[in-house]
Amino acid sequence: MSSLVDAFTYIAIATGAFFFLAGTVGLLRFPDTLTRLHALTKADNLGLGLIVLGLLPQVDGVMNGLKLIAIWLLVLLSGADAGQLIARAARRTMRRAAPHREGRAGAAGPRTRAMEPTAKAGGQP
Amino acid sequence: MIVDAFYAAPALLILALGFYSTIVRDTFSATIGFIAYGLLLTVAWVQLHGVDVALTEAAIGGGLTGLLLVRASARLRPTEALARAEAPGGAVRLLAGLMAGGVFVVLAIAVLSLPDPAPTLAPQAAEHMAATGVGNPITAVLLAYRSMDTMLEAIVLLLALIGVWSLAPDRVWGGRPGPRYNADPEGILAFIARVLPPVGIIVGIYIFWIGADHPGGKFQGATIVAAMWLLAMMAGLADAPPINRRWLRILLVAGPAVFVAVGVAGTLTAGAFLGYPDGWAKPLILVIEFALMPSLALTLGLIMSGAPERPAAP
Repeated sequence: MSSLVDAFTYIAIATGAFFFLAGTVGLLRFPDTLTRLHALTKADNLGLGLIVLGLLPQVDGVMNGLKLIAIWLLVLLSGADAGQLIARAARRTMRRAAPHREGRAGAAGPRTRAMEPTAKAGGQP
Repeated sequence: MIVDAFYAAPALLILALGFYSTIVRDTFSATIGFIAYGLLLTVAWVQLHGVDVALTEAAIGGGLTGLLLVRASARLRPTEALARAEAPGGAVRLLAGLMAGGVFVVLAIAVLSLPDPAPTLAPQAAEHMAATGVGNPITAVLLAYRSMDTMLEAIVLLLALIGVWSLAPDRVWGGRPGPRYNADPEGILAFIARVLPPVGIIVGIYIFWIGADHPGGKFQGATIVAAMWLLAMMAGLADAPPINRRWLRILLVAGPAVFVAVGVAGTLTAGAFLGYPDGWAKPLILVIEFALMPSLALTLGLIMSGAPERPAAP
């Protein structure tokens, strides 16, 4: 029984590590900021989720398991938000560099303008 | 073999990142390198079983110092080309390199000639822990054996804040620190600044409370609380208070003042500055910790906010 549980842990953690590796390869190989960001945020969320899943059977006590899940949820939240903030800053820079051409993520016309933050000092440097 | 790689990999990466941060020309790149360096240092401390130090490194070394440097580099960006144009000459750089190399050689000799096993005070620290009433030996060292150091650290932070404030121009003295952030109220930053602080404040207090018996403590907890405050300020949901407010100044000095008061009381009751009378160690440590935590969070948040830049009136 316990060896079965250990096998589950090994497989889940190895798969999680694979997603981290894939995300890193994407970060290094993909052509522009938005695709790199996509690779990084998706792979990190999934990779950490699988590692947490693999560790869950190994912890003693429900509290420690809940803490692991809470860590994963917090990373999900902050990773997704940081990704949004960086993407927004990247799109703004792209538009400044080439105003006639829309950035990859930007849909054309008024919708983009409506999505644009009204802030000047908004998203951090 | 695998175990060696497990320890060697972070060490090599730390060296590489330290080298990168030193030689890269762009200030912002150097800052990002330094933040990654701090995070890897955290991993190294965990590997050495120094979880308390790892927490402090992650919170203050990587986190708060990183934010401080990112802000400084953003502010320095317009002058970057100018500063590069007036770089010091070859002789000065050679001299600086020689001095740094000399320090490295002395440090390397000192580390290589350490006796094995290294001298340790751990047995003595563990032996008298019962007298302090706390379960975490690090806390026993910080607040009983070497509480003088911790008291001076808290006071040094206050001095650092005075140093930051003293950069204010005369016309805004007493005003609000930093710029007023106007983020999109419907934006993602405002969203996370609403969702995260309730969780973060609880985690900060938890880390503070658990510090008596497990890794954690007031510095790490206060850093997390200060970070939540900064998040709300950057999202435009809160504003930094004007620094001439009486309540603000009282809160800032309250923690260190209680620490000093307990120390002075120790000279009367236990015969030594910062001595605790028998059986009173744990309650007095708790009093100090409770008084210090809000002062530290406020001090760290205000140091991050920077010098006053706007008049007090909104």
